[in-house]
Amino acid sequence: MSGSLAAAIAPAVTEFAREVGTSGPVTVVGGRTHWHIGGPPAADTREVRAPSGVWEHEPSEMTVRCGAGTTVAELAEHLAPGRQMVPFDPTDEGATVGGVLACGLSGHRRLRYGHVRDLVLQTRHVDSDGKVVTAGGPTVKNVSGYDLPRLLVGSLGTLGLLAEVILRTLPKPAASQWLAGDADPFAAHDLLYRPSSILWNGSSTWVLLEGDPADVAAESAKLAPLGFEETDGPPSIPNEGRQSMRPSDLRTLVDTAADISASDGHRAANGAPRSDGGWIAEVGIGLVHRRGPVPVGSTSSTNAALMTELKRRLDPSNRLNPGRRAW
Amino acid sequence: MPLIDARRRRQRGRGRGGPSTKPTKAEDERLHDPGHSRSPDPLRYRHYVAPEPVAPLTSQSSPAGGTTGDLAADAALLADLRALLGDRARDNDFERGLYRRDGSIEGSSPAVVCLPTTGDEVAGIVRICRRHSRPFLARGSGTGLAGGAVPIGAPVVIATAKLDRIVEVDIDNRIAWVEPGVLNLDLSRALAPSGFHFAPDPSSQQVCSIGGNIANNSGGPHCLAYGVTTAHIAALEVVLPSGETTMFGGVDAEPAGYDLRGLFVGSEGTMGIATKAAVRLTPNAPAVRTLLLDFDDVSEGAAAVSAIIAAGLVPSALEMMDQRAIEIVEAFVHAGYPTDAAAVLLVELDGLPGGVAAGVEIVRDVAEAHHVGHVRVAADDSERALLWKGRKNAFGAVARIKPDYYLHDTVVPRSRLVEVLEQVYRIADAYDLIAVNVFHAGDGNLHPILAFDRREPGVDERVHAAGRDIVAASIAAGGVLSGEHGIGLEKRDYMGMLFGAHDMYTQDLVREAFDPDGLANPLKVIPTGSRCSDSFRQHVPEGAWV
Repeated sequence: MSGSLAAAIAPAVTEFAREVGTSGPVTVVGGRTHWHIGGPPAADTREVRAPSGVWEHEPSEMTVRCGAGTTVAELAEHLAPGRQMVPFDPTDEGATVGGVLACGLSGHRRLRYGHVRDLVLQTRHVDSDGKVVTAGGPTVKNVSGYDLPRLLVGSLGTLGLLAEVILRTLPKPAASQWLAGDADPFAAHDLLYRPSSILWNGSSTWVLLEGDPADVAAESAKLAPLGFEETDGPPSIPNEGRQSMRPSDLRTLVDTAADISASDGHRAANGAPRSDGGWIAEVGIGLVHRRGPVPVGSTSSTNAALMTELKRRLDPSNRLNPGRRAW
Repeated sequence: MPLIDARRRRQRGRGRGGPSTKPTKAEDERLHDPGHSRSPDPLRYRHYVAPEPVAPLTSQSSPAGGTTGDLAADAALLADLRALLGDRARDNDFERGLYRRDGSIEGSSPAVVCLPTTGDEVAGIVRICRRHSRPFLARGSGTGLAGGAVPIGAPVVIATAKLDRIVEVDIDNRIAWVEPGVLNLDLSRALAPSGFHFAPDPSSQQVCSIGGNIANNSGGPHCLAYGVTTAHIAALEVVLPSGETTMFGGVDAEPAGYDLRGLFVGSEGTMGIATKAAVRLTPNAPAVRTLLLDFDDVSEGAAAVSAIIAAGLVPSALEMMDQRAIEIVEAFVHAGYPTDAAAVLLVELDGLPGGVAAGVEIVRDVAEAHHVGHVRVAADDSERALLWKGRKNAFGAVARIKPDYYLHDTVVPRSRLVEVLEQVYRIADAYDLIAVNVFHAGDGNLHPILAFDRREPGVDERVHAAGRDIVAASIAAGGVLSGEHGIGLEKRDYMGMLFGAHDMYTQDLVREAFDPDGLANPLKVIPTGSRCSDSFRQHVPEGAWV
């Protein structure tokens, strides 16, 4: 028995499933830009690569179907002529769609566009039996069955290896402007209507405004009294460690930042002040990007037991990314 | 057949009995039969074995009516629940009757109805149910349209109506902690002074609960731009089927581990019961414009929908009504809908003033290119509210033509809207039914209403068959089973139209990780081979719309 979606599995996906096979430890390699997340896979783990290529893009449907091995850059290039985008925004151009999703790496515009998992409509993954599993659905709205795509995002390939995804696309904003200043980022957040990004290093604040040109100008004018000025782009964002905090708790970073920023004020290539304290925080989100590694977050013993049960049922022989710790 | 059999059969089909339900000898043999499993580990029960079909609901009413037929067992269960809840554990016929069905179907009676006032009481009820091997399910306002809250197998119904506190509004973190019984619109009303709202807005938002929105991953007209419920839930306090209480997700940016929160939202009560939620607050838009466009050709209207999206616009809502819907709505609310039009589009744009003004012009241009009759831009909030009143009352207004309706919910690619709509009309004609279409055109989410009079002999079968044909037509056009109502009972047996056996098996494995004993809202979502003969009757209640 097979459903209508199952009938349409791409040959490259079937080939990937064959490559994953039915036995032996296996890990999927993307752009290796965040290979350290969750720790490296165990020695002797066989490496495979997910298929790549943009297979279907219908601008009026605002969806795109691609292989998980497609680089984010290639996807962006494909969508550009239709003036659309998938706001993944990885810190490294070589990142792949599957890698971004498996690691759950939302980009710096999450404040406006949401978590990357909210952009995933359908997944096809290869399970520990080497079989292709389809979950979610191809349409922009769907509640048919359990939301396995969200479970897979951020699971570091420990429950299944992403082979193909259908993503939601968004129209590219007509205007886009970065501003920088020394003002309180929390005040800027309260002042603006749905800004795309507010980044802060403890002393400097960067704001990204996107949308209609008149609106970008008007919102920008609101920030001028706070001392914000136009700048070319965001600061360089460290990608070694991601620290998860409540948005309001970012304020506790101020004290430590004041000491560090006084000692160092060098600038990034684009002329913007560079993160002095070794971190850049996403205001309104609560994420702190650090230059050094950050200890893995913990979860409750009840959740850990559930996650263990999920892993045990979906990958009983522990062959998918053995050694990687998703929690 | 005693009701308890339904639950036992399900467990047997899933390969094992729960710890508190000792398998029979035959079940035991089947459990240990290696022929049913490639691997010695029972967890690797890789072959999806559909259980024997359970009897239709209508034949499940035992003389005791909503009990297991084992009077001693029922009495012991009730005694334990009474010890916890006092007179908030109810088993009188009247109240059990009230909870027989939700917005969808004629169901069966629960054994006991519980009205907890705290999350701890919910956990206590679940632990008692486990001790008695009794299924349980949560119920919000009962507006669900897919039968997710219909009690099957003489379960304990855990009504969340008294869990209705807005615990904390935390503007700094842009979240509110709420209990599941808080009504959707009540939350946005309470937030109004702060300038924020809860974005999901099902048409039933005056009466539906946040807990129900979470269970079904509900949508609503404004989800086109803002996303469905899951995008607006940061954290969930959940009572698991084990009786333990835990927290999924978090207010922090990237909670550790698998996204159990994302998995739980939309799981229709089969993975536990949410007792508290941190919902995200969306700032109210500074500018809003609502337009009504009329067309004398449905296909022009549908083409305009695609063209608006293709022009790079994401309206906050993009709704369509066909001629029959316009007629009945106009007669009911007198909003000035053009009754001679073949279709109208209700388009709402919100955001900052510049983008909204530019959007209005784009919509106007697109509409004119598609031979629009009139472009009516609501002049003020009261006109805007009137236009929306028409849309949100459409389902109730169906009572003007027939006393009963069956409301469907499928999604198709926007480019296939016209073709599938034409099929819907053809299907309705073929079964001698009346189809009315009022739907979320912007995301291709169809809501065909089949209006009928249940007193006509044989009409049930025709409605049922027509519904199935509509689902099949939607899926054949590259669509899905449900956009926002969920699977529940109504579409459980259609899951195979969309998913392969291995896909469904994988979903079942995930459910088993949460509920190995099959006590949490059993027989929902994942097909088990059972059928439900009365799954489509719908009297028209005002306030129970999509």
